[in-house]
Amino acid sequence: MDLAFTKEEQAFREEVRTFFRGNVPPDTRRKLVEGRHLSKDEMVTWWRILNKKGWGTSHWPTQYGGTGWSSVQHYIFNEELQSYPAPQPLAFGVSMVGPVIYTFGNEEQKKKYLPRIANVDDWWCQGFSEPGSGSDLASLKTKAERKGHKWIINGQKTWTTLAQHADMIFCLCRTDNNAKKQMGISFIVFSMKSKGVTVRPIQTIDGGVEVNEVFFDDVEVPIENLIGEENKGWDYAKFLLGNERTGIARVGVSKERLRRIRDLASKVESGGKPIIQDATFREKLAACEIELKALELTQLRVVADEGKHGKGKPNPASSVLKIKGSEIQQTTTELLMEVIGPFAAPYDVHGDDGSNEAMDWTAQIAPSYFNNRKVSIYGGSNEIQRNIIAKAVLGL
Amino acid sequence: MDFDLNEEQRLLKDSIDGLLTDSYDFESRKKYMKEKGGWSQAVWGKLAEQGLLGLPFSEADGGFGGGGVETMIVMEALGKALVLEPYLATVVIGGGFLRHAGSDAQKAAHVPGIIDGSKTLAFAQLEKNSRYDLFDVTTTAKKKGDGWVIDGEKFVVLNGENAETLVVTARTKGDRRDKSGIGVFLVPASAKGVTKKSYPTQDGLHAADITFTGVEVGADAALGNPDDSLALIERVVDEARVALCAEAVGLMDESLKTTVEYIKTRKQFGVAIGSFQSLQHRASDMFVAAEQARSMSMFATMAGDFEDAKERSNAIAAAKVQIGKSLKYVGQQAIQLHGGIGMTMEAKIGHYFKRLTMIENSFGDTDYHQRRVADGGGLI
Repeated sequence: MDLAFTKEEQAFREEVRTFFRGNVPPDTRRKLVEGRHLSKDEMVTWWRILNKKGWGTSHWPTQYGGTGWSSVQHYIFNEELQSYPAPQPLAFGVSMVGPVIYTFGNEEQKKKYLPRIANVDDWWCQGFSEPGSGSDLASLKTKAERKGHKWIINGQKTWTTLAQHADMIFCLCRTDNNAKKQMGISFIVFSMKSKGVTVRPIQTIDGGVEVNEVFFDDVEVPIENLIGEENKGWDYAKFLLGNERTGIARVGVSKERLRRIRDLASKVESGGKPIIQDATFREKLAACEIELKALELTQLRVVADEGKHGKGKPNPASSVLKIKGSEIQQTTTELLMEVIGPFAAPYDVHGDDGSNEAMDWTAQIAPSYFNNRKVSIYGGSNEIQRNIIAKAVLGL
Repeated sequence: MDFDLNEEQRLLKDSIDGLLTDSYDFESRKKYMKEKGGWSQAVWGKLAEQGLLGLPFSEADGGFGGGGVETMIVMEALGKALVLEPYLATVVIGGGFLRHAGSDAQKAAHVPGIIDGSKTLAFAQLEKNSRYDLFDVTTTAKKKGDGWVIDGEKFVVLNGENAETLVVTARTKGDRRDKSGIGVFLVPASAKGVTKKSYPTQDGLHAADITFTGVEVGADAALGNPDDSLALIERVVDEARVALCAEAVGLMDESLKTTVEYIKTRKQFGVAIGSFQSLQHRASDMFVAAEQARSMSMFATMAGDFEDAKERSNAIAAAKVQIGKSLKYVGQQAIQLHGGIGMTMEAKIGHYFKRLTMIENSFGDTDYHQRRVADGGGLI
């Protein structure tokens, strides 16, 4: 047992950090620190910088443009990226549909899609959840019917993150109504510009528009847009959701936020002195930092284990990452709310355009608190995670 | 970065797990409790035979040169089996003082007896009003000729009833809460002026309140610098905290395992109660708490080697907080999920709960260590 990173790993961390310092546009970083939303252009600009460096699809196999890094290097890269902070690669493309295509797709599909995913020439979105299929995803109803050389797609998806920017969607569609619900699903990709696709924004409680409803009305999709085998989509979806287990803890994000809390708490006064000098507040902050340290160690255990045993059976500790990671993210936003106290209230009607400089330092703190309630809901709610631990780990 | 045990460490783990599986089921433990002093001389002898009592001592001192990870392995196993024998008091704490500060003569006088199992030690530190502050010492050691005269009262001294040698913290200079002027002394339990009031503890161990009245010891009784040993005490107590974290992880593992087995077999309303989601989620949260505790126990073990004393203490304090929170959750929910049977002395789960509970209040509770981390500027 040894906690220390090797010299090579430390040098790698330095290399990554130096690259971020020199290449993340300062405005992009500032907006992230302040909890603001980025424009499509800001995100794509950064992702192309990252892709040009060869780090845009770091965990892909080398023949498709991956880096061949060890799991510890991936961990370091992610931590530095999250805590700098810089925008993370577009998960829907790089972490989700990309791996499905290079694992289950045919050669033509790999050639056609992978380079465009890497350079974000196509912005991808995820068509999984439906109004009636949240945690019970396999009950989805959007159907794809084969008609000659086309799929005809009808139905509705929801919670589709950033669909307003999307060029492409990967979609779970029912292709067999008679099979057991998991068995009749196929994984189909198509253009969001297709005739019959309608995107309707959903405004969330923070006031932002991150998610959308997407409607399909007789959308015609070429037959070759099926990935892998017909009716095997559920397997691909499980594969996709099982990837990137360790990123979900978002330890770097929470670290960055804790630094911001400390910084604000040494400026904002309470009882005539900075709130960081208040013993009760300081202990709450310490409690959160300790939880995060424990999570970081749990994550390192999972990462170190992956390096040893390759892919396959996940370390049981990996189930902890989503639950604790989301709880800690939520706690950090709560602590920020506590620091600014009554100044949490003003609502910036200008939204994210930064035209109201006077409100800059507090404007996004309450929205970020409201927005972060989502992290224990998405990606398999924390209750679903507990079901998974009970069944898969404890055998209940 | 590596969280795996090496080959030798794996062998060590197998060997102690094997020994305890053979000799430490719950029924045997009940018998050991009734033996003199409340633990088994025979089991202690077996630990000695396997070299476990000499584990952390250097090879020059007749030991095996084991480090923090080796102690972690042993403590986790002792926790899992709910062992009564005084490993913490004798090997970790008593042995720790000798390793870090013992002169060659002091080591020669005490270490061989520890390693062969013929001698046990106890740490007489807690005072009526000192609570968790190691520097809060009113017991005095006054110079007399070449030696010292010790006066004062110490409380809840684990293994105080049986130990041949007491490791006593005493003030040679200054006032009650001064950080300097504190020494550590090796005092034979049989010395004139030592009186003991012994009793069992809530978790089935044995302790004593010990009064020192004009106890005379020689110049060779002082370990390290008799006027300035707080750093030594903090170091050894930090090692004890790390050991307790590992013991707690073993206790939590076994508590969770026992509870999950129970809810799989206990039937109500015609089904195993483990099929109910409210219980499944509780068990899942116990698992999360136990895993977070394991991570911090490993962290504390590795932090034991940090050069910087402040960084080391901060990390160990953080670990003790996580362990304290986790053990409370796992312990309480283990009883809850067992239902009525968990309330009985007959079921083993309650005994795990009691040991876990006592660990929280040993060498600083959750609030105490959380305050230390907070006042130390945090962890990030």
